[in-house]
Amino acid sequence: MSGLLIFFVIVGILIFFIVGMYNSLIRLKNQVKNAWSQIDVQLKRRHDLIPNLVETAKGYMKHERETFENITRARSHAMKAGNIGEKIKAEKALSGAMGMFNVVVENYPDLKANQNFLSLQEELTTTENKISFSRQGYNDQVLFFNNKIQMFPSNIIAGMFHFKEEEFFEIEDVNKKEVPKVKFS
Amino acid sequence: MWELIRANKRKSILLFIFMGSILILLGYVIGEAYFPGKGGYNGIFIALIIWVIWSMIGYFNGSSILLSLSRAKEVTHNIHPQLFNVVSEMKIAANLPAIPKIYIINEEAPNAFATGRKPEKSAIAVTAGLLNRLNRNELQGVIAHEMSHILNRDILYMTFAGVMLGTVVMISQIFLRGLWYSGGSTARYRSKRSNKDGGGAMMIIAIVLAILAPILTRLFYFAISRKREYLADATATRLTRYPEGLASALEKISSSNIKFSTANNITAPMYIVNPLKKTGRSLTGLFSTHPPIKERIKILRNMSHGVNYNNYQSAFRMVTGKGIIPTSGLKDSKNIPVKEPSKDTSKQLSVKEKKREFGDLIRAVNGFVFLTCVCGLKIKLPPNFKKPEISCPRCKRTIQMPLAKIAAVASAVSAGEAIKGTSTLKPQKYIRKGKIWETITCSCGNHIQISPSFMGSKVSCNKCGRIIKIL
Repeated sequence: MSGLLIFFVIVGILIFFIVGMYNSLIRLKNQVKNAWSQIDVQLKRRHDLIPNLVETAKGYMKHERETFENITRARSHAMKAGNIGEKIKAEKALSGAMGMFNVVVENYPDLKANQNFLSLQEELTTTENKISFSRQGYNDQVLFFNNKIQMFPSNIIAGMFHFKEEEFFEIEDVNKKEVPKVKFS
Repeated sequence: MWELIRANKRKSILLFIFMGSILILLGYVIGEAYFPGKGGYNGIFIALIIWVIWSMIGYFNGSSILLSLSRAKEVTHNIHPQLFNVVSEMKIAANLPAIPKIYIINEEAPNAFATGRKPEKSAIAVTAGLLNRLNRNELQGVIAHEMSHILNRDILYMTFAGVMLGTVVMISQIFLRGLWYSGGSTARYRSKRSNKDGGGAMMIIAIVLAILAPILTRLFYFAISRKREYLADATATRLTRYPEGLASALEKISSSNIKFSTANNITAPMYIVNPLKKTGRSLTGLFSTHPPIKERIKILRNMSHGVNYNNYQSAFRMVTGKGIIPTSGLKDSKNIPVKEPSKDTSKQLSVKEKKREFGDLIRAVNGFVFLTCVCGLKIKLPPNFKKPEISCPRCKRTIQMPLAKIAAVASAVSAGEAIKGTSTLKPQKYIRKGKIWETITCSCGNHIQISPSFMGSKVSCNKCGRIIKIL
């Protein structure tokens, strides 16, 4: 009789622990999701801005068809991307294309004096900055969540319910790595 | 970052105990000097009542008083997009619950301040001269510094400290002046009547204290103000991850010699650099509200390894030989590397163009409407301009007035007031999809964009003036 009671108490405590751990994992996962949605708003805004910028720049930059094609392709890839991992990859490519564009723009002083272009570029710059500032918050949340999944004892629960590690969102600084194209014409 | 805020709260309690005891002592001694035996407690009572009333005013109306004293005008995205964008970027970096209200002060001297008793009700004001001089990264540094004052709860702290200082100064002044005009006769008469030597000795103590107390509290207040400035610099670099932006902004601000006309002694500690500085006088003294700018710049320029509080601490130690960040802030050990500066989107302008830009900004803030004629001339119309058409002063073409545009600008400037007689058209309805950028198409064919942070319940079309309700 007392043996049965002890057994039930132990099972009860175990269930209590499992439920608590599961709930905390879910909460962390939702926080990651929330942090991502903050970035997502800004990424969408960037997708909306790019066509306008390209349209304005096209009139001035007649010989940069390749740059524009790269941007347009990267943008449509980024818009089609499904899960977060794919999106991060596509956004990296888009950032790269935009970085090249910014380097090329330096060769067109007329374009840089265009008021419409300047205000579009201001909007784009602020969007990029907002992405980079909210990225920090997202990465902090991901680190927290991944630690929880890897560490004992929550890793057992995470394995049982198939929690997967989330990806960090890192963007390398494109301007720093690629050597700018120099044109003599 | 949050440890620092908690440390601030602890210190503010200490500050209140110190300044409050000076105030109580002053009230007691003065009361005792006039009415020996009984007056001491009444003196404390009167001093505390003055303090409470002032604190209430400071707490509830402080920011609106400060903003109206400096004649600041609230602005929206369309008047200065860059300023608005930079503030909303920093809002994300600082993780504030809401974007502070943004004000522009009609001043040529470059300066900025933040106000508001809590982050949800804060405001940032910058002078037009500041916007005119700084590039995007420098502006970001200044805004981050102001945002740090909001984040670290410096404003609340300095408001209460300022009120305490004001009360101490006021009570001492009243006492000393009363003494001067009455020639001390009343007090002597009263003290003779009751207590032969106690009152006289009390009178001397009261005079000494009335002279010393304001000086002591002022020293204390200024020391804290200086420390807050350093801490705000540290937080600012942590937010922007680009110390050079703030450093070169401070350099530009300090090199200007234009006089600031709307600042005074009380509002001075609120600004990013002391608006009352006199050229050629060093500000290293105990009686300055701000730390020497050269030192601030030097510290910022020494932060090449990273931007967390530990990096600021070591840079500070290198320049001054002391520490500044409280130990609770030094737990912040995550290495944050210095960021690349963001692209500068401001126009490269000559001095003459800058002057014109400055004038235009002031006019935009005050509700002027800009029209561009076909010949290229920019015509500036005052807000109460009502004629249906004008002729261009250069090419004599007749230009129709875009009345809807004028009404829209006027209503944007007097935000909060009811829009009168802007449109007789039937209002339209638009259902919002979510917190995203959305484009609304007015029935006249005009497109209106609203941002994710747009909170209003209606917009008016700037072509036909139709009001669109947002649901």
